[in-house]
Amino acid sequence: MYVAVKGGEAAIANAHRLLADRRRGDRSVPALRLDQIVEQLALGVDRVMSEGSLYDRELAALAVVQARGDMIEAIFLVRAYRTTLPRFGYTSPVDTGAMQVERRVSAAYKDLPGGQVLGPTFDYTHRLLDPELAAGADVEAPAQRPVEAEAMPSVSSILAHEGLIEADGDMPLDHVPGDITREPLQFPMARDIRLQALSRGDEGFLLALGYSTQRGYARNHPFAGEVRIGEVELELDIPELPFAVPIGSIRVTECQMVNQFKGSAKAPPQFTRGYGLVFGQSERKAMAMALCDRALRASELGEDVVAAAQDEEFVISHSDNVQATGFVEHLKLPHYVDFQAELDLVRRMRAEYEARESSDTAEEKREAAE
Amino acid sequence: MNAQPTEIATYNFAYLDEQTKRMIRRAILKGIAIPGYQVPFASREMPMPYGWGTGGVQVTASIIGPDDVLKVIDQGADDTTNAVSIRAFFKKVANVAVTTETAAATIIQTRHRIPEHPLTARQVLVFQVPIPEPLRFLEPRETETRKMHALEEYGLMHVKLYEDIARHGRIATTYAYPVKVEGRYVMDPSPTPKFDNPKMHRSPALQLFGAGREKRIYAVPPFTDVVSLDFEDHPFEVQTFDQPCALCAAENVYLDEVILDDHGGHMFVCSDTDHCEKRRADPTSPLWGGRAEGAGGGSLATPPTTPTPALRADPPRKGEGKEAE
Repeated sequence: MYVAVKGGEAAIANAHRLLADRRRGDRSVPALRLDQIVEQLALGVDRVMSEGSLYDRELAALAVVQARGDMIEAIFLVRAYRTTLPRFGYTSPVDTGAMQVERRVSAAYKDLPGGQVLGPTFDYTHRLLDPELAAGADVEAPAQRPVEAEAMPSVSSILAHEGLIEADGDMPLDHVPGDITREPLQFPMARDIRLQALSRGDEGFLLALGYSTQRGYARNHPFAGEVRIGEVELELDIPELPFAVPIGSIRVTECQMVNQFKGSAKAPPQFTRGYGLVFGQSERKAMAMALCDRALRASELGEDVVAAAQDEEFVISHSDNVQATGFVEHLKLPHYVDFQAELDLVRRMRAEYEARESSDTAEEKREAAE
Repeated sequence: MNAQPTEIATYNFAYLDEQTKRMIRRAILKGIAIPGYQVPFASREMPMPYGWGTGGVQVTASIIGPDDVLKVIDQGADDTTNAVSIRAFFKKVANVAVTTETAAATIIQTRHRIPEHPLTARQVLVFQVPIPEPLRFLEPRETETRKMHALEEYGLMHVKLYEDIARHGRIATTYAYPVKVEGRYVMDPSPTPKFDNPKMHRSPALQLFGAGREKRIYAVPPFTDVVSLDFEDHPFEVQTFDQPCALCAAENVYLDEVILDDHGGHMFVCSDTDHCEKRRADPTSPLWGGRAEGAGGGSLATPPTTPTPALRADPPRKGEGKEAE
């Protein structure tokens, strides 16, 4: 008997064939169509687009099916595809103030220009399982307000003139935004790079870190200044044309977190801000991102770095779930060459230990006999 | 949006687009120019997971041409699942010739081993690297370790090795054993057992290291000094085995311990499957003579001094061990 991994090729092919079978499941149940996933599992699709950094619902839906609903696997599929796409250019900065808002809430103000708009939210639903949904009951058409003629100004622009809340901040005019998919990460990072990394970071990881700041690890007194969800238009500068050309719109979730700040040697007392922006509809992710962004600004604002959420290398190096899952799961790969090396070392050390022990015991016996 | 399966399925030669390859080749050239220095590069997502050889695959994809002959090994073996998978990947996306024969390959991608058969100047050895930073487990911060490399501040590493000796009577690092390259950079040779370290020294083959998740590439150009760190009174030693390979009787090669039953029965066989098969297939092969010196081909460190205590040192009995293939 010899159990080395012979015939790997056939084994791999058979494993993948079985995977395809399990993915399809009972053949008497109709196969999922991509449009069903796009329409009915939309938030899952949004997460895959957001962390996969590719805005394409159909491909994200395909990835979800192909991954059997495993979100990180689906995100990975999308990433591995997007990385092969040519880069045609970069759009102009998106103006989220001009967003076609479907939902917009502020926890800092009771009312504000544009008003509070709940939109399609789970908030205030009672989490009771709905048997009617299982039965496939008909759903009422929604009641919607007419489209607003004017865009809703963002909360930060409403407050800016008082000077109590920090401004959006400026980048030098010649600043070219970085691109984490085209340049290696280097620490310390500029905030634009950091925000990119956070935006594609793992929702669960950022959620836990954001949560930790609320529980006292780098506490920063947050208020949800504004959360908004809606469509924003993308514009691209085309070299031959004197104006930017609209190329389509995407749905995003934006969060402006407002944080109390007592002031430091570097900055006066004021409200500081953390920012979150993700593809699709994901308030949890946008809010967690904003908390982490604010925590990571510790050194910029002259705060002591005392907790994990403030540690840029720690947060950014471990936020990417495609990297994390790969490295954790690579432990499944054979390591027997290294294990052999360690086995050899432990055997030697163990033999020495036992020799020492037995000579000690002999010594003790001899002494006892005397 | 309406991506057709046929559109998605078309990829460039060797998967990566040419711009990406150029970027990676630049990083490789920089790495060759500064032996042992970790060059940051914009690592791409690959269709296999991070930690499964994406760095090595990107390096190979960037240097491979239609005329190359590729060999892929994992743990020294051509037939381990991940080696099979990577070899199949290049066969598919680059349509190159693949081989299991060390001497026939122009590019050898490896995880955890250097082949026993000596390499030549027309070969490139590509290592898959999980953690490229040799100082990482002493200092977790990249900002700090980069500084330490810049200042050639390697005291911490020597202290670690010294503490090993003070505590265990020997340097307790058995793989990923740190080396100094061309007298300047301390480098992680990837988690190859230290047995393979001497093969890197003045190897005629170009040695490239790719760490995809950590986004680093580094290189050891041909005929470069690669010296394992040690102390005068505790010189570097490689692993030794009490018994030869149970299949081909090779000595002075790296062996894997294969468990035979649940009563502690085991045998030792070559980790390098190609080397082992060649020797068994052709007893007149030059591989039979002397030790396999591998890439370095040069002097090997001190001969074995301490015999390895094995749980069971007797050779496998007849009827035990691998059945004749």
